[in-house]
Amino acid sequence: MDETPSASGRSNGPALSPETMKRAYRDMLLVRRFEEKAGQLYGMGLIGGFCHLYIGQEAVVVGIGLNMKQGDKSITSYRDHGQMLVAGMTPRGVMAELTGRSGGYSRGKGGSMHMFSREKEFYGGHGIVGAQVALGTGLAFANKYRGTDEVSIVYFGEGASAQGQVYESFNLAALHKLPCIYVIENNRYGMGTSIERASASKDLSRNGEPWGIASRKVDGMDIFAVHEAAQEAVEHCRSGKGPFLLEMETYRYRGHSMSDPAKYRQRSEVEEMRRTRDPIETLKAEMLRSGIEESVFRDIETDVKAIVADAAEFAQTSPEPEHSELWTDILVEA
Amino acid sequence: MASLILMPALSPTMTEGTLARWVKKAGEAVSAGDVIAEIETDKATMEVEAVDEGVIGKTLVAEGTQNIAVNTPIAVLLAEGEDAEAADTVTRSADPAAGASVAIETPADPGIVEAPEAVQAENDRDWGETSEITVRQALRDAMAAELRRDEDVFLIGEEVAQYQGAYKVSQGLLDEFGEKRIIDTPITEHGFTGMAVGAALTGLKPIVEFMTMNFSLQAVDHIINSAAKTLYMSGGQMGCPIVFRGPNGAAARVGAQHSQCFASWFAHIPGLKVVAPWSAADAKGLLRAAIRDPNPVIVLENEILYGQKFPCPVDEDFILPIGRAKIEREGTDVTLVAFSIMVGVALEAAAILAEEGISAEVINLRSIRPLDTETIVRSVKKTNRIVSVEEGWPVAGIGAEICTVAVEQAFDWLDAPPARVCGLDLPMPYAANLEKLALPKPDWVVDAVRKQLRD
Repeated sequence: MDETPSASGRSNGPALSPETMKRAYRDMLLVRRFEEKAGQLYGMGLIGGFCHLYIGQEAVVVGIGLNMKQGDKSITSYRDHGQMLVAGMTPRGVMAELTGRSGGYSRGKGGSMHMFSREKEFYGGHGIVGAQVALGTGLAFANKYRGTDEVSIVYFGEGASAQGQVYESFNLAALHKLPCIYVIENNRYGMGTSIERASASKDLSRNGEPWGIASRKVDGMDIFAVHEAAQEAVEHCRSGKGPFLLEMETYRYRGHSMSDPAKYRQRSEVEEMRRTRDPIETLKAEMLRSGIEESVFRDIETDVKAIVADAAEFAQTSPEPEHSELWTDILVEA
Repeated sequence: MASLILMPALSPTMTEGTLARWVKKAGEAVSAGDVIAEIETDKATMEVEAVDEGVIGKTLVAEGTQNIAVNTPIAVLLAEGEDAEAADTVTRSADPAAGASVAIETPADPGIVEAPEAVQAENDRDWGETSEITVRQALRDAMAAELRRDEDVFLIGEEVAQYQGAYKVSQGLLDEFGEKRIIDTPITEHGFTGMAVGAALTGLKPIVEFMTMNFSLQAVDHIINSAAKTLYMSGGQMGCPIVFRGPNGAAARVGAQHSQCFASWFAHIPGLKVVAPWSAADAKGLLRAAIRDPNPVIVLENEILYGQKFPCPVDEDFILPIGRAKIEREGTDVTLVAFSIMVGVALEAAAILAEEGISAEVINLRSIRPLDTETIVRSVKKTNRIVSVEEGWPVAGIGAEICTVAVEQAFDWLDAPPARVCGLDLPMPYAANLEKLALPKPDWVVDAVRKQLRD
């Protein structure tokens, strides 16, 4: 990724209203602070097992979220906390699931990688790399079957793009003209394996070409670029033209999971990204240029910190699930 | 306010570690994301990042200290404008245990937590008038009835629509229901199964036809990890009302990759139901129940049975409960337990045994999961002997489960060790004579019973 914004970037200045920029800033900051707190709670032993943080990739999910409407569905892998917050799930419910408490979205039975919300049309939270791509194609199938104009947003990493079912899904979605937006979050590393070592295809945005899937390569660190591309993709899908593929060039600051020492990349690479490409700082700079006062950011920061502190408090005080929960939800009683 | 930086857990299993190096010293400013220390765990050297901005007030643990328990305070972080004295205050007032309130409880004793009650067996309802139809017709009629009844039901699979079904099970359905609901797919089991499961998570009710169950292996991740577990993982929010069906087990002369029984594979999975019809009535009643069931259900059909005729109730409402076995023949000397095509083998064996004056009771399981253990146990308590008959392999098979049920729940009633009749423990050969040798036949069952009576 080079330093200049991609062609889809801000060539004509910000395409977002001040209110939308404030919302986007707030949502990105919420994801960032939420994840930092999750990392902290993990360090305290309050969150166990696997925990994959979204820090660095915030512009992707927030920029796409700006274009979603009620009824649109989303699904992703195990790096899912950002998607859930943007889908409108409560920080309390998500954090309490991370700590395995009864107040969590799955009443403590799912954990970081497995959370769902029927109400918010969020379909997980999947631990098997690539599985969400076929499932998400099914969400789009359901939209079409029911004759709605709702779309399905299917997030997966560049690592998952090596899975065969991704291309089986592309074929099915293109054959049936399904309203499905495939979002490749290319953060450059599938766990410890860089994209250069994992993919013979050097331009993932072209991976849908054999099926005629329209696509864009997007600077995923720039919320303006993400928003604009997402807008095009959503319009394409809603108007019945079939699937759309967005390759988001992004970056995760943290390791693959909490236990990843991240020795496969130079610390300087991470620092350079944080210093020059941080999606939150980039938006803030743009907002300041457009005349938004410094105090706005302080207020948002205070607000977000309070929400996250409240979520963390809830996640520590919500009781552990009752032992009887072991035997519930295995089957729906007919 | 000054806060404590605690020794972090940096992996799912870490309980303690070594503080290898302080990257930031007392008095240095840090912002979120800055590396403040390096810690050695049992697996790797990890960097500890600051999660808040501030100034390191003091470090509480010297470089090189080993075996520092997770959650031990290792440094004090001062907020903007605070002086070093605040560091002492927070250190004194700190309760290191406060942050680590996760109780390490022993898992609940499975003997204490009560499992759901087993399905109560009842006598089969009398559905009245019957007509002779093939299993193939019964399956098609079941799908057609449910497709008419519920707009959310659709059939998807290879060759199900225009070709009318690779085994003609879906004959005529495209004409009646159209291409929106009878959907041909490319040869892409992993993809279309995942797609169907995704649609089911939204509440649609797909019937996924595998041309044969052998190809379900391409899609087994979605059956197990996506369909069977999502209800549990979502805390009950998101069920998966879906049917996976297709011919299972050996056909005839199709070789190793197309001749195997998946009953044991799928019966192993909590969150799935598994049925295996034998007769046309079984096929119609169980498939209708499977389609209406709000859970994922595997329907194991059998190609050789497709063309066989059985009496089947003509009542439009005919349906069978999942989880209930049927006693096909009553007897007093031995219980033969079978499912799918092996029910026929067991009945033939019973007829041979009857000529020798041995009265065999034949149980048609119908449902593999949940298993109707009550009917099995009641029969064993009457006959005092049990032989399971299955086409699949012996190791960790359904027969192993049935024999265990008998031993666990009717040990004192047994007059002989429970016995298993199974397909031979080898890949299916192609040669006609060898294939014949590999599959259970009535004589094997008769021999097993004779041995039980002799010993």
